[in-house]
This record gives sequence, structure tokens and C-alpha cells, in this order.
Amino acid sequence: MIEVKDVHFAYPNGIEALKGISLTIKEGEFIAIMGQNGAGKTTLIKHFNGLLKPTKGDVLVDGINTKETSVAKLARNVGFVFQNPDNQLFCETVEEEVAFALKNFGFEESTWKKRVTWALNLLGLAEYRKTSPFMLSGGERKRVALASVLAWDPKVVVMDEPTIGQDYEQKEKLRQFIVQLNTQGKTVVVVTHDVEFVAECNPRVILMAEGKIVADGIGKKVLTDVTGLAQASIVPPQITKIFMELKDFEMATDVIDLYEAREILLRRLGEK
Amino acid sequence: MSVFDGLKFRRVVSPIHMLDPRIKFFYVCAIFVVAIIFWELLPLIVLFLAQIPFVLLARVQKEWIRSLRGAAFLASIIFATNLIFRFIYAGYVLTAQDLEYASAMTFRFVVLVESFSIFFLTTSPDHLGLALEQSHIPYEFCFAFTTAVRFVPVLAEEAQTIMDAQKARGLELEKGNFLKRIRNYIPILIPLIISAIRRSLELAEAMESRAWGAIKKRTNLYVLKIRRADYLLILISILILAISVYIRFYIPIPLLSDFLKL
Repeated sequence: MIEVKDVHFAYPNGIEALKGISLTIKEGEFIAIMGQNGAGKTTLIKHFNGLLKPTKGDVLVDGINTKETSVAKLARNVGFVFQNPDNQLFCETVEEEVAFALKNFGFEESTWKKRVTWALNLLGLAEYRKTSPFMLSGGERKRVALASVLAWDPKVVVMDEPTIGQDYEQKEKLRQFIVQLNTQGKTVVVVTHDVEFVAECNPRVILMAEGKIVADGIGKKVLTDVTGLAQASIVPPQITKIFMELKDFEMATDVIDLYEAREILLRRLGEK
Repeated sequence: MSVFDGLKFRRVVSPIHMLDPRIKFFYVCAIFVVAIIFWELLPLIVLFLAQIPFVLLARVQKEWIRSLRGAAFLASIIFATNLIFRFIYAGYVLTAQDLEYASAMTFRFVVLVESFSIFFLTTSPDHLGLALEQSHIPYEFCFAFTTAVRFVPVLAEEAQTIMDAQKARGLELEKGNFLKRIRNYIPILIPLIISAIRRSLELAEAMESRAWGAIKKRTNLYVLKIRRADYLLILISILILAISVYIRFYIPIPLLSDFLKL
């Protein structure tokens, strides 16, 4: 679906944000990209829909080189949800906001009306259809931004820091929602600092540090590898930390899932 | 956008950066006046070249050239309109003098851009604020001014992010006719204005929570002092002014086009 081939990227001010990234994202995958501030996470995902073009190397989306096409064409397949919803909301009503992209992509009125209804229902925003997006709370604005992207049904959904500023309940809803999207066959890429959130989702995890990929693999492996995590300035999930502290008791140290942890502990308690 | 790049302050240690901003402003004004009183090409070229030592001394050549490049578009418009008007005015004939006049007007503009660019490239916003304050301008105005200068790059960055966000939703800025293209910028301007207003309110709250305006008479950590180099610059500026005025009134300036024919 998305192929990143030895990509280097330098900003006009000379800062090299990406230093040789190679990566393949298959259709239907669920990926979390993690790393410290300034590791190049946002720079990398902006290559997925052509907002940034590599200064060296290539990015192929569905076999098409991003250098040879426009953002608008790529965006049809790769939906991008920005970190701050206030960077994109501008319409008078939530309905128009969600319809904006659909009109840009040339959907007919009857089609986009249906799509808007579908997207608003999906994110529980139907009652705000005629409300101004600026009257909504932060979490709701974030959902409007998400709805405005999902409405055109892109194959890939890229989210930059979706959990920032969300309370636990919203985060849990978001998690279920992302997992649901993924099971429906959508490719999902999430950039986040929230290690607990990632541990609960258990996706493929890519760790980045200083413009390079330092680890890439299943969550269970990457999130329990202390050296890799330290390189990317990430603290392991709490449950993993507990099991690392308990390593003298000869128990598994690669645990990120609460249920798995519970099973192991119960079994251990039963033995005694 | 690159015009603004040429106005962005760069922190470099140089004799020019150390100068008192008030004196530097006086110098820029002097150059401004000289550029206005001449309409011949020759003195304007001399004026243009005379600034280059300042640029080299301040080590801002790269940014300076960028600002000139940014001004190139406007300069070419000035050249073209002057040429067209001279052409029509003279009854649809084009002479070397018209060409020279148009180039002189262009050079006048370039000199103005150049001197302002030197001023802004070598004067930190903090110094500018200090200079305003010490010129007995009310602190509220100084603060508003320095804040405005301070937030230009922030706003530029935000505009870029908003543009990216809307492009990711299929907005094509370069699509459609002239009116449509202007309308294309609405999805960018509205979030930008809203966030600017929101930011200004936040800034006001942050300032008040830090006791802004609690004391009527403020003191400063740094105080601008006029040094020897500053007196030298005053002298240079006055000399440039005096010589230019003298030349203007008493010495006929040869036209470059006549000059070349001889």
C-alpha cells in the first residue's frame, strides 16, 4: 500500500528531519509510530499523502510515486487527521465541514449528503449537524475533524497524536473505534506518545529517533525491548514494568496486555 | 514569503548588530531621503553599492540577497509600469532615456528595500522595543509593536500547517479562475484568524497573570547607550545627506545614456 524507500528529507532551513527511512505498509495493517519530540514522526507521515516530498529516495502509494502526483489525488486514498482540529475547521456548520472534502473530491450532492450522515452517525455527532464547529468542545471538534476525513472513505487513515487532550473515556472510545476501522480492512497509521494507548491496541510498532527507525515489529516485542525504547525516549507500559521488576520469579517479561498479565499471575498464584 | 525572510532578525555578533537601533534608524532614514531626492540612475547605483560594505560587515549577505530576490518581482513591476507610462507619455516612442528613467525608479525601490532589510536583519526585536521605549513612546505601544513583530514567524508557521491540513482534505489552491483562486484561500484564512484571536486572548491572560502594568514606571535590565561607533554612524549619515543635497543643487548629474554615447 505505502512503500517508503530510503527516504531522506531536509527542511528548507537545512535541518535534516529524516535520514534514510525504509518501510513498507501493507493493506489492512495497523501501525503506531512512536518516538521522542523531533524524531521525525510527523515529517514521515506527511510523506504518505505527498504534503512533503522526499529530498532523496521515493515514497510509493499504491505504486504511484508521490513526486509525480498532487496531494489532492493522493488524499483520496490517504486520509490525514491533523493533531489540532482548529487548523482545519472553518465552516458555519458541522455538516458543511464534513462535506468540504467531499465537494473537493467531486462527489455529487446526493452522495455527499448520504456520506455526511453516515460519518456523523459513526462518530456520534448527528445531533450537532447544524451547529457551528466552533461551539463544540475540544474532544467534539477532534471528532468532527476525524469525521470529515472518514467521510470520503480513504483506504488509509493517518492520525497525528489522536489521544492528546482526551480524557480516558474518550480515549477508550477512540481506541475501540480505531480497532473497529482496522477490522473493517482499513489501514491505520497512528502517531502517538501514549505508550499505554498503544499497548492496549497492540499494533505493529515503529520506534523513531533522530530521523531514523530504531525498532520495527509487533507491539509485544518492541514495547518490551528496554534498549530500543530507551533510544526513542519511551518508557515501557506500566504492566511491562511490573513484569520486568518481577523477572526474578521466572515469569515472562514480554507482557503488554492486561488480560495476559492477569492470566499469568493467577496461574502463578494457583501453583502456590 | 521570501521578502519577509529578508526582514527576519538573525543573531550574529557584528559591529553593525551592536549599533544603537535609533542611530541605525536615522541612517536608514537618511538613505531613504537621499534615494527620494535623486531620480537619475547614476547616484542611485552609487547609493546601492555604498550599502554593501554594511551588509558584509554585518555578515548577513545570504539573508540580504534573499530579500533582494524576494523584491525582484515588485521591482520588475515598477520597471514595467514606468517604462509603459514613459512610452505612452512620449507619444509611443522609446528612447534610451526612458529606459534609464525606469531603471532609476527600480533602483530607488531596491535601495529602499535594501536599507530596510539591513535595519531589520541586524536589529533584534528586543532592541527595537527598547529603542521605542527610550524614545518616550508609551510602553503599551512599544509592547504591541514588539509582540506583533515577534508573532510574525509563528503565524507564518501556523499558516503552513493550516494549508497542509486543507490540502489533505483535497483543497487545490491553484485551481480555477482568478476569483475562484481567491476564494480558495477562505479555508486557510478563517482558521488562521480565529487562532490568532484566540492566541491574543491567551497572551493577554498570561500577561495579566504575570502582573503586566502593575507598576507605572518600568525599569529595564538593558539600557541602550550611544557609543563611539554610533557617533561615527551619525557622522556618516549626516555627511551622506549633506553631500547629496550639495550635489542635487550645485552639480548637474550626467545621464548614463549620454555618458555612454560619448
